[in-house]
Amino acid sequence: MANPLRSEVVRLYKNLLYLGREYPKGSEYFRDRLRSAFSRNRAESDPQAIREMILRGEFVSRELEALYYLRKYRAMKKRYYEE
Amino acid sequence: MSGRVLVGVKRVIDYAVKIRVKPDNSCVVTDGVKHSMNPFCEIAVEEAVKMKEKKLIKEVVVVSCGPQQAMETIRTALAMGADRGIHVEVTGKDYENLGPLQVSKIMAALAKKEDVLFVILGKQAIDDDCNQTGQMTAALLDWPQGTFASELSMEGDKIKVVREIDGGLETVKINTPAVITADLRLNTPRYATLPNIMKAKKKKIANVKPADLGVDITSRLEVLRVDEPPQREAGVKVETVDDLVARLKEAGRI
Repeated sequence: MANPLRSEVVRLYKNLLYLGREYPKGSEYFRDRLRSAFSRNRAESDPQAIREMILRGEFVSRELEALYYLRKYRAMKKRYYEE
Repeated sequence: MSGRVLVGVKRVIDYAVKIRVKPDNSCVVTDGVKHSMNPFCEIAVEEAVKMKEKKLIKEVVVVSCGPQQAMETIRTALAMGADRGIHVEVTGKDYENLGPLQVSKIMAALAKKEDVLFVILGKQAIDDDCNQTGQMTAALLDWPQGTFASELSMEGDKIKVVREIDGGLETVKINTPAVITADLRLNTPRYATLPNIMKAKKKKIANVKPADLGVDITSRLEVLRVDEPPQREAGVKVETVDDLVARLKEAGRI
């Protein structure tokens, strides 16, 4: 793996792992998928491709944050506000 | 007056957890159950942080009352952008009996001590659904209150609050210092990501006891019994309309 990008990839992995704790289908499910997704690309050496994958990982983390927010908002709306 | 804002947050059982009542009907099971910040408190923290980012206020102080674990909730608020935290240590039996009146006495004492511009809280906690702490705090301080806020703006030294009420929306302008309670549509709280949590470790959390603030936290309420809601009975299917009418008559409904 390209050296300067290695720390970015590790940081992304840690952030996604932290986000995955609240995953609705269970944090183990998320962690397995996360591991296989990262190890599938471990042989990649082209910096451009790696950067693109990092961007996609950041996209996934934003999607997860949106998912968690929507779940919570919908639950609160259902419980406290008359439909 | 300082541009300081006090935000109250509460550590509650996570909203997605299925609640279980203890077999002796004394209280809800909390051991080993996932806890997190009350959703309405998250909205309050987010509003305070947003106002700081817009330079309308200078400092966001977050406070929570409870045992050691309440520090996690304060850390989450610090990760969302608060500047410093105050942990009011209440443990054991005192914590079990801690209700809105006691918390509002603590909040009032802290609001005066920290000389705040306003206090912002979630409108209610999802565990006890009291919806009392904000109102009681305002009454104890004799400050105006803007409750169920779905929109906040500063106009000079006054606060304009758009409140969500039964009939629609009500706009009020209140003097500072004041107490605000946050409603669901005030804003979209940010997620406390890992890098932010790491950065927040450097922020200070002060530890105080209710006695230091001169607050008496004895409760005048006693919980006698906690029950689960009655199980929903299975529905009954009928074949014809006459059958339905007959059944309703039987049940005494018509």
